[in-house]
Amino acid sequence: MPQFDLTTNSNKVRSVLTVEEMAQSRKIQRRRKLIAFAFVTPLLVFVMIAFIAPIGTMLYRSIYNPTVAQLIPDTLEALSDWDESSDARPDDAVLNRFAVELRQLAIDRDSGKLAGEINSGLPGSSSVIKATGRKMKKMDPALLSSEGASLLIATKPQWQTVEIWRVIKKSGAIFTDSSYLTALDLDRNSDDEIVPRDTQVYIQLYLKSLKIALTITLLTALIGFPLSYYLATASPKTANTLMVFVLLPFWTSLLVRTTSWIALLQTNGVVNSVLQYLHAISEPIEMLYTEFATVIAMTHILLPFMILPLYSVMKGIDPSYLRAAMSLGAKPIPAFIRIYMPMTVPGLSAGALLVFIISIGYYITPALVGGTDGQMISNIIAFHMKSSNNWELAAALGSLLLALILLIYWIYDRLVGVSNIKLG
Amino acid sequence: MHGLRLTAWAVLAFLMVPILVIIPLSFNAEPYFTFTEGMLSLDADAYSLEWYAEIFNNEKWLLAIKNSFFIGLCATIIATALGTFAAIGLSNPVMPFQRVLMAMLLSPMIVPLIITAAGMYFFYTQLGLSGTYLGVILAHAALGTPFVIITVNAALSGFDHSLMRASLGLGAPPIYTFFNVIMPLIRPGVISGALFAFVTSFDEVVVILFLAGPEQRTIPRQMFSGLREQINPTILAVAVLLVVISGLILLTIEYIRARGERIRSGEI
Repeated sequence: MPQFDLTTNSNKVRSVLTVEEMAQSRKIQRRRKLIAFAFVTPLLVFVMIAFIAPIGTMLYRSIYNPTVAQLIPDTLEALSDWDESSDARPDDAVLNRFAVELRQLAIDRDSGKLAGEINSGLPGSSSVIKATGRKMKKMDPALLSSEGASLLIATKPQWQTVEIWRVIKKSGAIFTDSSYLTALDLDRNSDDEIVPRDTQVYIQLYLKSLKIALTITLLTALIGFPLSYYLATASPKTANTLMVFVLLPFWTSLLVRTTSWIALLQTNGVVNSVLQYLHAISEPIEMLYTEFATVIAMTHILLPFMILPLYSVMKGIDPSYLRAAMSLGAKPIPAFIRIYMPMTVPGLSAGALLVFIISIGYYITPALVGGTDGQMISNIIAFHMKSSNNWELAAALGSLLLALILLIYWIYDRLVGVSNIKLG
Repeated sequence: MHGLRLTAWAVLAFLMVPILVIIPLSFNAEPYFTFTEGMLSLDADAYSLEWYAEIFNNEKWLLAIKNSFFIGLCATIIATALGTFAAIGLSNPVMPFQRVLMAMLLSPMIVPLIITAAGMYFFYTQLGLSGTYLGVILAHAALGTPFVIITVNAALSGFDHSLMRASLGLGAPPIYTFFNVIMPLIRPGVISGALFAFVTSFDEVVVILFLAGPEQRTIPRQMFSGLREQINPTILAVAVLLVVISGLILLTIEYIRARGERIRSGEI
């Protein structure tokens, strides 16, 4: 029994270790840890700078909006003494200082920026600010610093009201939750209460993205399951050959596959031509630039992510379980559902998690084939980043999407366990 | 059993037909995305190579091809080097905070690209890196590293870390140990990780849309604007060339996998 001897020996050795030797061994252990850590450090630093810092910046941008504070610092300083719950507008001294700053903004062609920011808090105020700015540009700054208040009010009566000053003061805050409120279709009323907005836009879009992602997950599971089962039960030679048809699309650029779907689904495209040739339809159906196009193209693109984990799990299932159940009298279909299907859960859930998480944040395919109907939350984030330049809102919408994905991931981890995931 | 085979083949057709259908369309003599009468009656005049010629006569496409390979290769080198080292450290059983570190290093794979792209736009602009090759390369390298970690980690499962210590203990310098003891054992994992990282960059377009200037336009970026602005069969010709490239990558990966299996079963 050499094995037994060895263990008793090492036990004996441990019991006679001196204090110095134990310190030595701890030192060696620590050195090993340090070496292992040294291997990871370069990548850790790199990922911190190239990836984590950008994500952090985005989270920060969702609550950080310095635009107004940078445009009219002097006015905001003067406004800090004004009580916004009072029914009187700020006194003339504040208005004078604002008039001087607005003149400078108009000269620097920055009054549009201010107008845009204030307008999002008080619709209709954009034209007031721009028109006043044009007028102030022609004035003498010395005159404005003494008579600015009356000149403002003479140009636009709105400067007499309390509302516009409340909004200006509120927009001056550098840190704000207003982007999150907008992203959740909420707003603050004049009494500072949080109320739902009249037009619900973003919640609808989140729900729609969830619905599209769920549909795609179900579709990939539904059509991926029989193929994976067929591959797992076929002879290894057949399975290896047919696997190429799964792997080639997997390795093919998603832009190539999106291009294919445009060619297939357009009005004079292949699908319509075939259907017309078969006399199934008389007029071409509009399929491209719809939600249907988004769903079918993404199902095609993400199908390999379902098949690969499912196939790898199914290949490891011993077929004798099913045979045993049937030889004990179970009918084929109940035996399949009650014996075989539960064993495929690790693969099925891994595939479902992958497909769901990838599809909920998808941007390219909906942007190219979805039209207005098949847009998802990512597309509106890109819109606010690139077209409307409302970066704070884009960042807030992105942060909420990220939170949603982490939530799904966490629920999955609690229910199934991420370590149960099997990939190819 | 018959029904199953039929369903399986129908799904395989669903997977393959969209990719195959663009091949004949890319030889269309007419500037459309559709089959013409002449193509269906197999008239030789209805087919042409003009869209393939167009790729190589168009400066924009040539620049895009050059950029895709340049950015892809640089990003792959960074991702593979850093990812391989990290995977060796992470697979060591004495590694502290293994779970947390793993989750953090794999996160570029889970976060949706639109979020990554928006964040990188904010951050890289502050550093003056937007609209530069360096910015795009660093971004793509970050996206590629999780795949290298996963494949090298898989290759390292069962790797005995005492081999490394033995080599070092017998006086071999660390670099010699890395290339002559560790590398031969994990080479298949490193190569497939590198291929994954390359494809990730080669395919990526969302980050490019936000971060790249006109000089860094890549093939997918050029396809994206082509599909949005003027649809023209040159895109189909490019798509067919990309399918050929994916086929080659697939063959390489399968070759490595089969070789790895034979090595493990002791045939080589």
